[in-house]
Amino acid sequence: MGRQAARMNVNGKSYARVVDARLTLADFLRHEINLTGTHVGCEHGVCGACTVLVNGRTARSCLMFAVQANGCEVTTVEGLTPEGKLSVLQQAFIDNHGLQCGFCTPGMLVTLTELLRDTPDPSEQEVREALTGNLCRCTGYAGIVAAALDAARRLRDADKPETA
Amino acid sequence: MGAKQFGARVTRLEDPTLLAGRGRFVDDVKLPGLLHACFVRSPHGHAKVVSIDSKIALIMPGVHAVITAIDLPDPMRTQRLPLLLPNPALAATKTQHALARDEVCYVGQAIAVVIADTRYIAEDAAAAMIVQYDVLPAVSDYRGAAEDTAPHVHGDLSSNVASSFRLAYGDTDAAFADAAHVFAEALWQHRGGGMAMETRAVLASHDPASDLLTVWSGTQTPHLGRQALADLLDRDLQSIRMIAPDVGGGFGPKAIFYPEEAVIAAAALKMARPVKWVEDRREHFLCATQERDQYWEMSIAVDEDARILGVRGRMLHDTGAFVPWGIVMPYIASTTVPGPYVVPAYQLDTSVVFTNKVPTTPVRGAGRPQAVFAMERLLDRVARELNIDRAEIRRRNLIQPEQMPYEVGLLFRDGKPLVYDSGDYPRVQEQALTLADYDSFRERQRVALDEGRFIGIGVANYVEGTGLGPFEGVTVRVLASGKVAVATGATNQGQGTRTTLSQIVAEQIGCRLDDIVMTIGDTGAIAQGVGAFASRQAVNAGSSALLAGQSVRKQLIALAARTLGIPEDDVELDDGQAVSSRGNKPSIGFGDLARLAQGIPGVSLPAGQAAGLEHTAYYTPSQAAYCSGTHVVEVQVDAMTGGVKILRYTVAHDAGRVINPLIVDGQVQGGVAHGIGNALLEWMQYDANAQPLTTSFADYMLPMATDVPTCAIAHVEIVNPLNPLGVKGAGEGGTIPAPAAIISAIEDALSPFSVHFAETPLTPERIVAAMRAAGAYERLFAA
Repeated sequence: MGRQAARMNVNGKSYARVVDARLTLADFLRHEINLTGTHVGCEHGVCGACTVLVNGRTARSCLMFAVQANGCEVTTVEGLTPEGKLSVLQQAFIDNHGLQCGFCTPGMLVTLTELLRDTPDPSEQEVREALTGNLCRCTGYAGIVAAALDAARRLRDADKPETA
Repeated sequence: MGAKQFGARVTRLEDPTLLAGRGRFVDDVKLPGLLHACFVRSPHGHAKVVSIDSKIALIMPGVHAVITAIDLPDPMRTQRLPLLLPNPALAATKTQHALARDEVCYVGQAIAVVIADTRYIAEDAAAAMIVQYDVLPAVSDYRGAAEDTAPHVHGDLSSNVASSFRLAYGDTDAAFADAAHVFAEALWQHRGGGMAMETRAVLASHDPASDLLTVWSGTQTPHLGRQALADLLDRDLQSIRMIAPDVGGGFGPKAIFYPEEAVIAAAALKMARPVKWVEDRREHFLCATQERDQYWEMSIAVDEDARILGVRGRMLHDTGAFVPWGIVMPYIASTTVPGPYVVPAYQLDTSVVFTNKVPTTPVRGAGRPQAVFAMERLLDRVARELNIDRAEIRRRNLIQPEQMPYEVGLLFRDGKPLVYDSGDYPRVQEQALTLADYDSFRERQRVALDEGRFIGIGVANYVEGTGLGPFEGVTVRVLASGKVAVATGATNQGQGTRTTLSQIVAEQIGCRLDDIVMTIGDTGAIAQGVGAFASRQAVNAGSSALLAGQSVRKQLIALAARTLGIPEDDVELDDGQAVSSRGNKPSIGFGDLARLAQGIPGVSLPAGQAAGLEHTAYYTPSQAAYCSGTHVVEVQVDAMTGGVKILRYTVAHDAGRVINPLIVDGQVQGGVAHGIGNALLEWMQYDANAQPLTTSFADYMLPMATDVPTCAIAHVEIVNPLNPLGVKGAGEGGTIPAPAAIISAIEDALSPFSVHFAETPLTPERIVAAMRAAGAYERLFAA
């Protein structure tokens, strides 16, 4: 089996490993560098649990080989979590009951991080459409949608004094 | 007593860890020397296994072993997996072997397992296994399975009928003979799955120093799993520890004991190294149990005022190739039909048939959605034929609150008479109708129709037997650190069990929620346990938490009073301290009390002092707890494409006293989403040879964020008189009436075309086909 170098920056830290060329990025993150927050729910790119940011854009880490991320900046749920506390979006998930089993949650957080960065004031419909790439079987999405809208509000409010 | 917790909208204690990506699911557990497994599975619905050739697989680098049935330890080699719910009405008690021996009876049945350094290598080697089959005819459509001409699902069974039984009360013949009106319906519900986002996973490790076999499994029932492993491995129960760590959703299919749990445990023992298997999604479609295939032929008899005189019919249930949970779903379905209505006479003949498909076991709802669909479709039919409003016909037939407790006349699946403990069905329905603006709907519909939009409304009611026994347990123990250890045999797949049990304990003993250290789903933490199914944990584990908390509260007060030299009545427990309510309010912390209760080595404890501050309570309910609810759904149907959009979804329900409204709302909303999937999307399809056709999320569609509206939810809290908390289950009520209400709404939206629907899921293709058959398009284009 062909082995190749995989070199990438994950959550601000550089990693270099020699891996099987066919190793998925999801398995690299979970089992090579032990960032198990990224979950694998279907391995065929539908459920979105494995969603990470690659150079700032959402990507299915189950559909990418690790070596395809060579030279990239990868952000996982661990990288979205401030040291010793939770982000505004994560806190909004708690307050709005945006998770039950928590398995799809890391992918949800990554997708919504991208949405709120690019669309700071999304409508409910925009949130729902952004989430169509992430399946949740527990919540019926209501808490997730509410959390996203709540976080967007809190982030906009936090920005106001700076711009004033 | 501590701060008021019961009934409070407490945010979940589970959340921060999961949100930070620090949850610990089975595949997150890493052990030194870990090996990985991949199963070799039958590609045929029915075949004889002629030979298994592992030679090529075994020479592949990184492959450690191939295990087939003959390599398994005794008695697992020959003994079938346990039948967890025996029933005298079960004619054929067929469960599967851990690995198939000479016959495979569904696509995906495990034949062998490859053990290798990595999952990638194990999959390569599994593909290199050469298995020769003698393919046999397979039974796919269960509606023909019982006929004499049908092939046999199992070579050694001469009939495909696993069970036939009749449930009845009253004189149905007389009811139908005297009826003003009789209507008949044939109804069909198709298979779907639990489809938890985390697939199944098992990790087993044997420690030779202690001879302890530890098995991590994404299961809803670790205590049942440990017993099954003890039986299959002929090991002492104490030498096995089964742990359900964080589990990514359950919904029923993770409640049963699976072949993979047995085989991975055996493999770890055989290899003397830890072995892990993580199911992939395709395997989940093939091998995780499913539900819902039932075919009903039902009749209803009513008088001139549309009051029900009797209901009777036949039901056929597809159990798949085996009966690991017996006939629990068809039995529950048979007892759920009368629901919240006065049905003076009832008779249902049920046949349970084998097919060459993966077994069916409970999926969120467990037979109830089908039964509710049958009853509610019958009522809609009566309403339509007699031109009565659909809410009104239900109103006329609902059991009245003054009739409680109401004895239906059947035995429920808990072995006790089906007696509704409490409820106010008319009030629940009125609340839902009000919240849904039902009375103004016809005006909304008229306006929509003027705009060329087809909108409709549907109503469905249910009663659900929840909180089933035999028991669940909770241990509460005050630690010398001042923290409080709580252990339970209940399990958590997202229901917030840790939070709700902590609320109950904290309120009883007066500690902070943060000071509770909870162990859930670990057979090492509490001797007895049952697990998660039948919306049973709030009733069973919740009541146990209350009883254990009350006991420890008494112990804390007695010891604090003795230590502080004050009367017990003066002791108040708050914030982890016992405080005197008088004088200068002397106090002592829980940690110090726990140390006192430990005593001094060699010194006798004071009279009346038990060892430690702890209690284990196992609450055993006398019967099921019956919750109820009404769903009202408003939909818009695109007449041309058959696309259905749910505009508004309203739920009123009575789950007894609500421990945490945040969590109960989440259970209802999530349950509704599952019901929407059942009603519109989810259909596990097979071809005529029982070959699965929908084995990815591209073929089998789950509801997305754009498919599920945020529900309006009303809680009607009618206290359950039979358990100390007054609670009823809430985990499945969101799913149970959803298909009935949604299909009703679609039919109402398309009422200008007089189309009728009797199946779920109702996909756009089927709506268009029904419209075409009804000549709707000719009328639309002519208009």
